[in-house]
Amino acid sequence: MKFAKAVEALSQEQKQAAEKVPQFRIGDTVRVHFRIVEGEKERIQVFEGVIISRSGGTGANARFTVRRVAFGEGVERVFPLHSPRVEKVEVIREGKVCRAKLYYLRERAGKAARVKAKGRSTTAKDEQ
Amino acid sequence: MVTALLGKKLGMTRIFTEDGRWIPVTVLEAGPCTVTQVKTKERDGYEAVQLGFEDAKKSRMTKAALGHQSKVSDAAKRRLGEVALAPGSELKPGDEVRVDIFSVGEHVDIAGTTKGKGFAGVHKRHHFKGGPGTHGSNFHRAPGSIGQSADPSKVVKGKRLPGHMGNERNTTRNLEVVKVDAEKNLLVILGAVPGANGGYVEVKKRVKGSK
Repeated sequence: MKFAKAVEALSQEQKQAAEKVPQFRIGDTVRVHFRIVEGEKERIQVFEGVIISRSGGTGANARFTVRRVAFGEGVERVFPLHSPRVEKVEVIREGKVCRAKLYYLRERAGKAARVKAKGRSTTAKDEQ
Repeated sequence: MVTALLGKKLGMTRIFTEDGRWIPVTVLEAGPCTVTQVKTKERDGYEAVQLGFEDAKKSRMTKAALGHQSKVSDAAKRRLGEVALAPGSELKPGDEVRVDIFSVGEHVDIAGTTKGKGFAGVHKRHHFKGGPGTHGSNFHRAPGSIGQSADPSKVVKGKRLPGHMGNERNTTRNLEVVKVDAEKNLLVILGAVPGANGGYVEVKKRVKGSK
């Protein structure tokens, strides 16, 4: 059996196990509900930020990166898309962007680091 | 029951465990293997079975290899290897052994042929430290002194020097079995396994640390 086939089968299984794939697009502001296991206890941690990249294609290895600025410091977290620990991804605001990877946000700070909201009437200011 | 199977390394990937951890795994194709010969105490002085793995085109085999296998069955197997039998078990020539001899959570030893690295220096081959890269140093990756002068007037035997590296048999011990797919003859192992993708491996029940 070829490797690609074997892995494809494995990855299908994995994707099915992760019942629902989160739906979002690059530039969206999201809240990621991530299950954290500490010994016996479990709790949900919420990470809010902008989706700046998605990698790994369509397989079970796909990941997405969320960036937020916390206390003036940029923080990025990479989540596995199909991880059973990602409980849900809430889209708070849809962003209008012209790139698949928003790495240019890293060099910007403050107002320049905003992502335009989708739609005509709402602006970032209005929503906040 | 046999204590080992012949197989092939397919490649590596990552999977999620039930508790959500993302772990690196190696996917192996293990078996099905046919018993091509049985070695007995009376005739050979020890007990073992010879297994054949992977079908080959008959036209590509030597007559000698075909002749040896034709005693058992019509099929020609590409790869042959001898494995020990579990105490008290018996197999006949022509019997088939499959990946279901392994179970999830079990630990196995895996032997394969490592990737060839060619003629390698001491840095890579023996993990020598080497010299500083900068600050006017002219000593970078060289082995340095390899011994004394007139006394003993020779290089001691076993001195670690540059030379051919890799492309030799190597065994990684105590690897955990994450998943067994009896239908597709797949074995999913936690961590890395010696050799390149597509290389032949031997998967053995673990020798050390078993109770």
